Amino acid sequence: MIPSSFEYVAPTSVEDALAALAEAGDEGKVLAGGQSLLPVLRMRLNAPEKVIDLGRVEGLRGIREDGDTIVIGAMTTHDEVANSELVKEHAALLAKATAEVADPQIRHRGTLGGAIVHADPAGDLGAPVLALDAEMVIAGPGGERTVAAKDFFTDLFETAVGDGELLTAIRIPKHTGWGAHYEKFVRVAHQWSIVGVAATVKADGGTISEAKIGLTNMGSTPLRAASVEAALAGKSASDVADACSSAADGTNPPSDLNGDADYRRHLATVLTSRAVAAAAAG
Amino acid sequence: MTAVDERPAESAEIGKARRRKEDQRLITGRTKWTDNIVLPGMLHLAMVRSPFAHAKVTSIDTEAAKGATNVVAVYTAADFPDGMGACANAWPITPEQVTPDHLPMVTEHVACAGEIVAVVVARSAAAARDAAELVDVDYEELPAVLDAKEALKDEVLAHPDKGTNKSAFWRLDSAEAGTGGSVDEAIAKAREDGIVIEREYRQQRLVPAFMEPRSTVVDPTGEQVTMWTSTQVPHILRFLIAATTGMPESKIRVIAPDVGGGFGGKLQTTPEEFITLAVARKLGKPAKYTETRSESLLSAHHGRDQYQMLTLAATKDGTVTGLKVDLLANLGAYVAIVGGGVPVLGAWMFHAIYKFPAYQFNCQTVLTNTTWVDAYRGAGRPEATFAIERLMDELAAEVGVDPLEIREKNWIKHEEFPFVSVSGMTYDSGNYEAATARAKELFGYDELRAEQKQRRQSGDPVQLGIGVSTFTEMCGLAPSRVLGQLSYGAGGWESAAIRMLPTGKVEVITGTSPHGQGHETAWSQIVADRLGVPFDDVEVLHGDTAIAYKGLDTYGSRSLVVGGEAVVRAADKVIEKAKPFAAHLLEASVDDLEFKDGRYAVKGTDKGVGITEVALATFASHNYPDHLEPGIDADATYDPVDFSFPHGTHLCAMEVDTETGASTIRKYVCVDDIGQVINPLIVEGQVHGGLVQGIAQALWEEAVYDDNGTLVTGSFVDYTLPTTADTINFVTDNTTSLATTNTLGTKGVGEAGTIASTPAVVNAIVDAVRDRGIHDIQMPCTPARVWAALQSAGSAEVAQAQPHFHEEAANNADPGTTGEGSGS
Ligand SMILES: Cc1cc2nc3c(=O)[nH]c(=O)nc-3n(C[C@H](O)[C@H](O)[C@H](O)COP(=O)(O)OP(=O)(O)OC[C@H]3O[C@@H](n4cnc5c(N)ncnc54)[C@H](O)[C@@H]3O)c2cc1C
Repeated sequence: MIPSSFEYVAPTSVEDALAALAEAGDEGKVLAGGQSLLPVLRMRLNAPEKVIDLGRVEGLRGIREDGDTIVIGAMTTHDEVANSELVKEHAALLAKATAEVADPQIRHRGTLGGAIVHADPAGDLGAPVLALDAEMVIAGPGGERTVAAKDFFTDLFETAVGDGELLTAIRIPKHTGWGAHYEKFVRVAHQWSIVGVAATVKADGGTISEAKIGLTNMGSTPLRAASVEAALAGKSASDVADACSSAADGTNPPSDLNGDADYRRHLATVLTSRAVAAAAAG
Repeated sequence: MTAVDERPAESAEIGKARRRKEDQRLITGRTKWTDNIVLPGMLHLAMVRSPFAHAKVTSIDTEAAKGATNVVAVYTAADFPDGMGACANAWPITPEQVTPDHLPMVTEHVACAGEIVAVVVARSAAAARDAAELVDVDYEELPAVLDAKEALKDEVLAHPDKGTNKSAFWRLDSAEAGTGGSVDEAIAKAREDGIVIEREYRQQRLVPAFMEPRSTVVDPTGEQVTMWTSTQVPHILRFLIAATTGMPESKIRVIAPDVGGGFGGKLQTTPEEFITLAVARKLGKPAKYTETRSESLLSAHHGRDQYQMLTLAATKDGTVTGLKVDLLANLGAYVAIVGGGVPVLGAWMFHAIYKFPAYQFNCQTVLTNTTWVDAYRGAGRPEATFAIERLMDELAAEVGVDPLEIREKNWIKHEEFPFVSVSGMTYDSGNYEAATARAKELFGYDELRAEQKQRRQSGDPVQLGIGVSTFTEMCGLAPSRVLGQLSYGAGGWESAAIRMLPTGKVEVITGTSPHGQGHETAWSQIVADRLGVPFDDVEVLHGDTAIAYKGLDTYGSRSLVVGGEAVVRAADKVIEKAKPFAAHLLEASVDDLEFKDGRYAVKGTDKGVGITEVALATFASHNYPDHLEPGIDADATYDPVDFSFPHGTHLCAMEVDTETGASTIRKYVCVDDIGQVINPLIVEGQVHGGLVQGIAQALWEEAVYDDNGTLVTGSFVDYTLPTTADTINFVTDNTTSLATTNTLGTKGVGEAGTIASTPAVVNAIVDAVRDRGIHDIQMPCTPARVWAALQSAGSAEVAQAQPHFHEEAANNADPGTTGEGSGS
């Protein structure tokens, strides 16, 4: 399909990008890896007048350490995140979940920032950043602000990034030494998650001291399985099924061709216990 | 009687695993795909399609679109008072068949979503697409009928003017035909003292989903109109353009350049082709239309979509005494080119490899407000094979024996060939014992059965199931006389020509029209052997009605079996024709010559001349016998004497995760008997691709409409096609019993994998959970459906008796439960 015509700009700084965005107003759309935006444009579900490509903006791409935090630029590709030694060491959950996104071609184009702002409830990266208590750095006309992941995802495809704002970076507190696993349930390999569970646990000699669990596609936004997290504290890593049985509490999953809401609730409990067991094992 | 592995003497090319000569250009895309064709001054088309499944068009306002930048014209059906041709039905299955007119563009009545109501012509594809959004169409929505069972009630009509949704009813009864006994008697007897298995199976609707979307370019300048189009059937298309537009056939040239897959989906004369032709002729300028993927999924024909009501009668020991089939087939909005005939092809296939003494096949076709349905890889045969192979597993479970044992009890033994089936087909050759023995060995059947038992005993959350499918199919469509008896609108012959070029190269012209099958390579191998020329010196030309002027194209695993035989015969004619020239050059008598390895030799001497030297000599024509025309080229048309019957044994092991319902393929082995193999690499490719398509029906694919008739699976996000990441390494092998109906002994392999694999997979899944009282799971067997079956199997209220179709009588002793998932 062919998108309707639009103006294309490729600013080289965050300031210029913000200015272009301000100028375009409602008619502007930011382009990152294009893996979600381009299908939307090609199917003519959206027809912005101006597309602002972030590909040449300095400083939005890359991964660095900042004290107890890992800072990932919004334009860092999935492939870079999945293979980063820093991410693997300090935020293993995100590296593992990112490796499960789509296929290699898409992982070489799609970006962490794009995925987070797109906020598809079936997308795989909201749950791990939520579980890891990440913070999102947002730049706007009035300067920079930081929003906690738990406040960031507001609804289906909706986030705290307002009109005229850009997500510039994702800051993740180091979870060094935490075991991690992302359990993604799909019918065919290149699919978005039917349900996904992101689990990271701190285990000490076979006992879980702390667990953080994010759920993918169990509601309109990524969710934390708070009751499971609480139940797991102090549990033996070899006996987690009971503690995970409440994984679907308080969720509101969709019904579609891949399964109805009840089935998803069931899956969430099974997958949570598998994810936690795998995370505890390493 | 046929023997296994009775291959002809080792030959140079036939049987060699040559890499396909066409692949480099096909894979890199540096070739003439239709959409790559750009002509000077070419205009671009965009279609305006109905979003509604059933509606009346009350007004179309094209003014805004006409005024848009770079738009040349916007047309509706009203702009073509003489019409633009018609999408024809070539096989009315009964004289009374209800066949709604299928015009390329809607005049008033929209019968399915995606029908074209207007076309925008612009100087660029983008401008055409932009302007298409500006065409304002008012519709009055009508109630839509989507499901075949609903359609049968005739409450909501797909075409109100027809007064009914029922298109045709077709029957084959072995007692009436004199090919077997009475099925009703067999069933009645089995109800008294035997086993009756009654099942309803659903063949979900599928989308062929070829890789290259359809595309058409028409050049109306010059004396002949040329159409390049992404089709499987250039010759049939040319004929039908002439027949439905009134253009002289001689003024039309159709070219199928390289075509990126079809799977039956491009065996159609499409509205888009007729519209592009009409627009180009009206404006006198070249025009192109290329569909988007969304348009392709919605508007290229769909496949399958049947309900199958089946009654199998057997004695207590599992000897089948009769099979009754009641088929309900959803044709969609129109009776497509062979749409009505596809389900009828099952008539000769439901009894498969078995010796059933009584048989009845009933097929009711119905019209609905959905995309029209036609051939999809296997076309009627996968549906039949699925039904009978599932039933044989059910019978085995009922008798309490291994599914292979029940098959062996009922199948035709190798010494019984040729065998006349209960539907009257003559199976010329086959050896089911040999293929099965080999498959079992490669599979490790006994070990996997042992593991299954062990997992069951230990209560492993991951259960193992083994699925069997011993299939046959009828290929080599088709003897023209048989087609005539079935009121099919054409013959089934195929044509070939061979041109011996002066430089020693050989041009082979075939009437088949490959779209990924590798004919160029296989035909080259055949001709290289036959004429004794190097493989690389053979060029295969196809798909252009001005070059390959006679042909009936590619579908139904016919190309090698029918078209290959035509090539063989043309080559043999060349050899005969060149012989007197050779004798003349050698100053010998024709009777003293023998032809071997490309040379005519004078027997008992070392004198001889190569066939390519003869070609050069006849080109120069300086010296040749007075009574001959200078030329050794030849053509041949071959009308097959009968069908061919490939068969095979497929074994599939599936792991079923009872906690999530997910099914994973553990092992897949198939041993196919396809007669003589020309190129094992091509065969393996065909089998692999075929297997994945068949497995995809079992596990992944389904075209789903919502209640309004909107296609929910309108993109690859929801129409879940598998990729290599979803499959495993298949183990494939061949046993060989040569076909007796063609020179090379070939049988056809294009559809085998698809036909056989679907029941193998579903049988395996059901086998994994059968001990929990589940005897069916509807396709695609999604994790959600498997899980739902597991849930309901335990609870009493969902357990229900098997359906009864024909009798009020009670069923056999243990009705079992159905664990059919609701899906969603
Ligand atoms: C076939 C396919 C399969 C896929 N499978 C999966 C999967 O399994 N799991 C999964 O998680 N994802 C999947 N994706 C989506 C993929 O991960 C995308 O890369 C991601 O969702 C969007 O990232 P992007 O960089 O491509 O963003 P874009 O498509 O460029 O942008 C997405 C949206 O975010 C906005 N945006 C982007 N960056 C910024 C920014 N810095 N500030 C403000 N707004 C911004 C854009 O304006 C747009 O609205 C798949 C995509 C495809 C095409």
